[in-house]
Amino acid sequence: MIKTPQTQQETAMPTITEKVTQSLKKRHQKERRFKRIGLFAVLFGFMLVIVLITDITSKALPAFHQHWVKLEIDYNNAWLNVSSTADESLNKANYRKVLKKSVYEMFSSSDKKLNRKAKRQLFKLFSTNAEFTVKDTLIANPEYFNKKTAVWVRLDDDVDSYLKEDFAVGDAGLRISKQQALWLEKLSSEQRIERRFNFSFFTASDSREPELAGIKGALMGTLLTMFVTLLLSFPLGVAGALYLEEFAPKNKLTDLIEININNLAAVPSIVFGLLGLAVIINVFGLPRSAPLVGGIVLTLMTLPTIIIASRAAIKAVPPSLREAALGLGASKMQVTFSHVLPQAMPGIITGAIIGVAQALGETAPLLMIGMVAFIVDVPSSIVDSATVLPVQIFLWADSPERAFLAKTSAAILVLLALLLVINVSATVLRSKFEKK
Amino acid sequence: MLHLRHSRFTSYKISHGLYMNSSLLFFVLLCLTLFSYWFGVQRALKTVGGAEHKKNLVCLPEQFGLLTAMVCGLPALITLLIFNSAEQLVIEQLLTSTLPANIQSLSSIDLGLYLNNIRAIASSETAQSLLISINESNDLIQQVQLKAALELQELNYNASWLKTGLVLIIVCVSVTMLVRKFSITFQARQKSETIVRALLVASSAIAILTTVGIIVSVLFESIYFFKSVPISDFMFGTQWSPQTAMRSDQVGGSGSFGAVPLFAGTMLITFIAMLLAVPVGLMIAIYLSQYANSRLRAFAKPMLEILAGIPTVVYGFFAALTVAPVIRNLGESIGLSVASESALAAGLVMGTMIIPFVSSLSEDAISAVPTALKEASLGMGATKSETVTKVLLPAALPGIVGAILLAISRAIGETMIVVMAAGMAANLTANPLDSVTTVTVQIVTLLTGDQEFDSPKTLAAFALGLMLFITTLGLNILALKVVRKYREQYD
Repeated sequence: MIKTPQTQQETAMPTITEKVTQSLKKRHQKERRFKRIGLFAVLFGFMLVIVLITDITSKALPAFHQHWVKLEIDYNNAWLNVSSTADESLNKANYRKVLKKSVYEMFSSSDKKLNRKAKRQLFKLFSTNAEFTVKDTLIANPEYFNKKTAVWVRLDDDVDSYLKEDFAVGDAGLRISKQQALWLEKLSSEQRIERRFNFSFFTASDSREPELAGIKGALMGTLLTMFVTLLLSFPLGVAGALYLEEFAPKNKLTDLIEININNLAAVPSIVFGLLGLAVIINVFGLPRSAPLVGGIVLTLMTLPTIIIASRAAIKAVPPSLREAALGLGASKMQVTFSHVLPQAMPGIITGAIIGVAQALGETAPLLMIGMVAFIVDVPSSIVDSATVLPVQIFLWADSPERAFLAKTSAAILVLLALLLVINVSATVLRSKFEKK
Repeated sequence: MLHLRHSRFTSYKISHGLYMNSSLLFFVLLCLTLFSYWFGVQRALKTVGGAEHKKNLVCLPEQFGLLTAMVCGLPALITLLIFNSAEQLVIEQLLTSTLPANIQSLSSIDLGLYLNNIRAIASSETAQSLLISINESNDLIQQVQLKAALELQELNYNASWLKTGLVLIIVCVSVTMLVRKFSITFQARQKSETIVRALLVASSAIAILTTVGIIVSVLFESIYFFKSVPISDFMFGTQWSPQTAMRSDQVGGSGSFGAVPLFAGTMLITFIAMLLAVPVGLMIAIYLSQYANSRLRAFAKPMLEILAGIPTVVYGFFAALTVAPVIRNLGESIGLSVASESALAAGLVMGTMIIPFVSSLSEDAISAVPTALKEASLGMGATKSETVTKVLLPAALPGIVGAILLAISRAIGETMIVVMAAGMAANLTANPLDSVTTVTVQIVTLLTGDQEFDSPKTLAAFALGLMLFITTLGLNILALKVVRKYREQYD
């Protein structure tokens, strides 16, 4: 029995060695190829990250700057149609006429009078907001009344994108006429056009006009929604995790809860939106589009994440700590709240931060509960109509205006920056926790 | 009858919203709770006869305080929440009953619009200005509306007083009843611990409530839907055009709600996503766990986590505005006609999103294989790649299959990428260059914008939601089963 294999081996030995050495080259080649494919996959992953980020960043850059133009505004009292500089009369004055007349004067003096079509084209160069800039200037400086002065106003979004793209002279973009291009060239040769940092992107709310639209409303909506989410999901998540980890008896109810939590973690977010629409809005009658409803929906969505993370953190607390406290006569509740919970807190907070980061980027359930409306006002309470940053991105991405492309990318950058800050703080907290 | 009440409105102005009042009440309740903590401590000390005797108490005075605070806050809070959720419905009922019969007999949609109108008037006008406009107005219809608005203001006003009164009474009664029971042997700690324990149970039971809520809401609306559209038409029909069914007044005209094109579209995009994510994710997992040195690992893991952390709306933007045009230009340059919202673009970007999901789950599965198996294989002279393909992967297969199932479930439920990058047209095709639509896209399309709650168009979204829920739930349970079976082998 023992000898047979040996003899077989001895006789077969040379051929096997031969075979092995012969195949070795091939096998090593295969090995190298396999390794290369693996490395390629990793590098492909890196490439995707880099392409994604650079693509969005390069698209976003134009949104942070805006072109302004210096106009010679004549605050002629006949055009304003008021006689005094009292506040009420200045508020009612006809600034549109002032702006139009001043602009026509600037361009028509050279050779011939402008016809109607040219006038309309000329007026289209400036943002619809220019009128209000002219108004605010006069109200802030009443001494300009009946005088000529230089006022900086925003250019229209199409003009702005045209200027940012450096077309050759006369070769105008799709939405700029030849005549408009010539006017712009004249303006820039007179040093009347200036590139400025676009502060209004952060201080303005949504608008139909891309050059005026900003993210303040959406940021505020996000802040309120996250506030509600955190306020509800953190205590509920921690309480749920404490019960399941420290108190729950091994019975069917506990099993049911655990199965539910695990399944909810994998339910598509849009289904939570359906729940919000059918139950929270239609049955309980909470207001549509409100951060309160958004926060409740996102709480239900992130609760499983927070519970699972908190349970892991609670489980990591050494049992000796519990036993020592119990041995000294503390009740189960005292052990849990004064010893286990403080020890597990850093881990729990990390889990909660990750849950909030997940909620921060969520869009689909919020579409279902009507946070997708066009809202100009900045929300000030959790029952006001509001939208959030990801939904704002979705809305802008749908807009046909070219300038919204850059706005969308810029809003994405802001969202990614927020997420980065949140995730980095979670990582810092975790490393601090691990050092202990 | 209304005229008699008018005089009462001239003395005050109702400008505060309903919720403003509620949040104020919440704040008052919070203050009362804090105060009752202090009150409980004081009463406990008084029971024992001063702070110097407090060691005679069975529990610490703070525990008395804690119990008092809980007894003060909790019942009132629960009442407030119930009141708030029922308030709107009750007020609506009461308001409707005061309206003239011809308005009450309106269809539920028109009545809803009418009530909304009244609400808008009631919240924008003061009682005084309403009264003036009632007297000035000659239009009978307008007068009815204004009177209803006035009635609504009064109802809201009464409700807010009722609410405040109820909360205060509950606070007083519950605190007094508790404090009267205080004695030296009163077990305040045990009682408060029972309450805390109940709260903990309730918090963890929210998971069950959520599931029940999802099932009930989605199921009930779906049952309504299947009453107007037979379930067989929905499941096996190949024609999806919810809009036409609305216009031609044929409730769910035959074949309009056939969801097969949606299922097919979802599967096509999911398939494309998996075609990218599974091989790449698996190879990344193998390379990082078997070949990479610790420096590359330390760099690669957070780098790939970025992919997992990017919000889906960003991927949607990327797919619609970068990937789709590139694919179309590429296709056109080799003479293919590519739809501007091709399934390929959405699928590839979705695959990108899922790569880190697949790679991290498969890495877990691979590293859970006992090292003895790996070392035995290497010791026998197998190369690393042979060890991976012939030993590690077969051993980790259940875990990897579980990971892939979870990834599929994720892809099916993914919404934003397909909403932004896939089309609306319900084409029944297997061509990845064509435009297809998915279940999630249709849910969003049907439910955003103006909606009537009981039209089949809206209800169809819930039926689709039910399908989505069942499918993803099934996949998750299957994945868990597969993984659990695998664990039993080695533990």
